[in-house]
Amino acid sequence: MNFDFSDDQKLLRENVRSFLAKEAPLAVCRQVLETATAYATSLWQAVATQGWLGTAIPENYGGAGFGRLELAVIAEELGRVLAPIPFSSSVYLASEALLVAGTDEQKRRYLPPLSRGEWIGTVAHFEGPGDPGNRPVKTVVRSGKLTGVKMPVTDGDVADFALVTAKSGRDLGLAIVDLHAREVQRERLDSIDPSRSLASLRFERVPIEWLGGRPCGSDTVQHIFNRAAVLYAFEQLGGAQRAFEITREYTLNRYAFGRPIASFQALKHRLADWYVELELTRSNCYYGAWALSNEAPELAVAACGARVAATNTFELASKEMIQMHGGMGFTWEHDAHLFYRRARYLAAVLGPAPVWRERLITCLERREQAS
Amino acid sequence: MDFNDTPEEAAFRAEARAWLEANAEPLAPGEQPAGLEGRFDPDMVHKAQEWQRKKADAGWACITWPKEYGGRGATPIQAVIWSQEEARFKTPPNIFAIGQGMLGPTIMVHGTEEQKRRYLPPMLRGDEIWCQLFSEPAAGSDLAGLRTTAVRDGDDWIINGQKIWTTGAQYSKWGMIVTRTDPNAEKHRGITYFIVDMQSPGIEIRPIKQMNGMSSFNEVFFTDVRVPDRNRIGDVNDGWRCALTTLMNERHAIGGGAGGPEFRDLLRLARTVMWNGKPALQDAGVRQRLAEFYVRAKGLQYTSYRVQTALSRGQTPGPESSIGKLVGAPLRQNMAAFALDLEGAAASLLDLRAPEGALWQLAYLGSPGLRLAGGTDEILRNIIAERVLGLPPEIRVDKGVPFKDVPTGPRP
Ligand SMILES: Cc1cc2nc3c(=O)[nH]c(=O)nc-3n(C[C@H](O)[C@H](O)[C@H](O)COP(=O)(O)OP(=O)(O)OC[C@H]3O[C@@H](n4cnc5c(N)ncnc54)[C@H](O)[C@@H]3O)c2cc1C
Repeated sequence: MNFDFSDDQKLLRENVRSFLAKEAPLAVCRQVLETATAYATSLWQAVATQGWLGTAIPENYGGAGFGRLELAVIAEELGRVLAPIPFSSSVYLASEALLVAGTDEQKRRYLPPLSRGEWIGTVAHFEGPGDPGNRPVKTVVRSGKLTGVKMPVTDGDVADFALVTAKSGRDLGLAIVDLHAREVQRERLDSIDPSRSLASLRFERVPIEWLGGRPCGSDTVQHIFNRAAVLYAFEQLGGAQRAFEITREYTLNRYAFGRPIASFQALKHRLADWYVELELTRSNCYYGAWALSNEAPELAVAACGARVAATNTFELASKEMIQMHGGMGFTWEHDAHLFYRRARYLAAVLGPAPVWRERLITCLERREQAS
Repeated sequence: MDFNDTPEEAAFRAEARAWLEANAEPLAPGEQPAGLEGRFDPDMVHKAQEWQRKKADAGWACITWPKEYGGRGATPIQAVIWSQEEARFKTPPNIFAIGQGMLGPTIMVHGTEEQKRRYLPPMLRGDEIWCQLFSEPAAGSDLAGLRTTAVRDGDDWIINGQKIWTTGAQYSKWGMIVTRTDPNAEKHRGITYFIVDMQSPGIEIRPIKQMNGMSSFNEVFFTDVRVPDRNRIGDVNDGWRCALTTLMNERHAIGGGAGGPEFRDLLRLARTVMWNGKPALQDAGVRQRLAEFYVRAKGLQYTSYRVQTALSRGQTPGPESSIGKLVGAPLRQNMAAFALDLEGAAASLLDLRAPEGALWQLAYLGSPGLRLAGGTDEILRNIIAERVLGLPPEIRVDKGVPFKDVPTGPRP
């Protein structure tokens, strides 16, 4: 057994971390949060130049030809700096979906500009409040034209195209939609995390092409979400870990009653528990990464586990960060709310934890029936 | 990252499995190694020793120990593979863990060559069972507050005092005891560590009935008990250092899951117990809770894989290893509480007619002990906070003063 990243992957982490330390201090996130900009274009450019967008895209489609473990490493680092860029939408969702289910022609058309950062892609699935679960998607495709409303769509305001879940008769598929088409109305929506954007997309008989040439079926759609969930989990883990580090540092330097507040057992024990959650989550994420990079049959269960753990832990981390900073933690000026907002954004845009818990048990049931 | 056995690991696993198949009976799916029936078996010690000897004869006991003491110098990963395989078979409870997992390693680090040769092989074979005489009525979490004294008398030491919570004292041949040898020194400085023959005159062992009805631990009284100086481990007044080796190994030994029901047993229960005319497993709320338990249990399992990976790369197991018991013990207790909720009124039965042979009732009654033994949850949090996270130590009022001047509660 070898349940760790390789030395090369660890070196990659170091390089990514020191690059982002320079290019993406939290002030970059705050800048996007406080202004009308949708994302940090210069950071996006820098990330594209580093070749990270095409990390897991094969070279013949313009990528770097590494694997998902390398992508997971980068995801965690982007999570640590709360990178205010549409990386998750364009890479974990759109690029990965194309790789999994696209035709060769589609890959050749979309992947090179995606890996250069010239195009941004996303997936549009949700249709308003509540858990879509197995409820039928209302968006439909008739005679090659798609009609429906998707809301909220992560990065839907800046994406060039979206993979839209839609029904054709009884089949579910992912329709590739050019978001610049005139049959698409998009509206930017205020986001709980203004450093990451959201839109509603209204489609009125917009011409589409199916990802893979025909509706790929709900299993493939779910598979695409599962794969993305692992990478999202690494981003969440990174955010939770960074929140922990900042908070630990603060509790060592803030004095009350003549002692560092880190010496009060009420805080010490919660920091210990927080550390434990981080370690358990890291382990679940590693298992997810292993399953993802090996195309293992365990992927569905592993992805649900990583997603649930990472969502829980980022939420815990962002709450504790504020609490342990005291009044300072509740100010606009302090960075704690950046984490609090990002945790909730990342939890929501791929469906919240209860949905993934339910899915996890469904997968376990299926697995038991199969064996 | 590669989650599968390497070819060498696979070969080792096959070898282990082949021997187990030839020598033990596999557990049926869902069967527990020790249900309600197995718990009170008076013949348990004998059966456990028989199994241990069989393993020792074939080279499957304490496999990571050096060959000269009966082991096979196996790697930590091989030890894990062996225990995974052994867990699939019906075997008697492991009553040797305290010796083999905690005291043996202490002797290996701090003992003389003569002590290693004398004590380790029979410990490995299970011929001699060991107990740990650390805790006292006034010294548990604060072990260094111990008051049992040892006073030099020629080539011997004379021990007086009381130990408590001593698991397995009633069937042990040897005990490892920490004693106070200098009450004028600072609390951690005046402690000495000995091996004591449990049959020595002056030792009285009284079983304590635990809250789960069993009596695996005891009170042990020492009245002028003689221990030869050659049974001393480490230097005089340097026993605290040796005790720390034992405690460190204890957390590893206990962290490694210690039997009892697991997630899959909970899943099976949820499938078989009916709620509102349907299996409980179909209830949305039940499913949410189950998912949380699963993610935690798996997080713990995969964390142990990370620890093993570090070990197999020759790195010292990181602090991650200290989280095993802190997560595992409350998880067991919480799963048991939830399982009993699922059982409905039948949760009140401690009877073979309870679901699953009262598996979860036993886990519910036993798990509080796991959160105390070998370092309480709170002490483990202190350890993680201070040693792993580098947070400030507790403010102490017992440092820098002679032990005899440390404040205490009312003495009995
Ligand atoms: C099943 C079982 C088997 C055992 N087997 C053995 C054995 O074989 N040999 C042996 O020597 N001992 C054994 N023990 C004893 C065990 O190690 C002690 O019970 C344990 O260390 C706690 O000590 P205590 O019982 O004195 O409780 P105390 O130390 O009095 O603790 C009481 C409470 O105070 C808390 N507390 C204490 N100090 C702190 C602190 N600094 N910060 C925060 N909270 C604190 C504790 O966490 C606990 O909740 C066993 C115990 C059990 C339950």
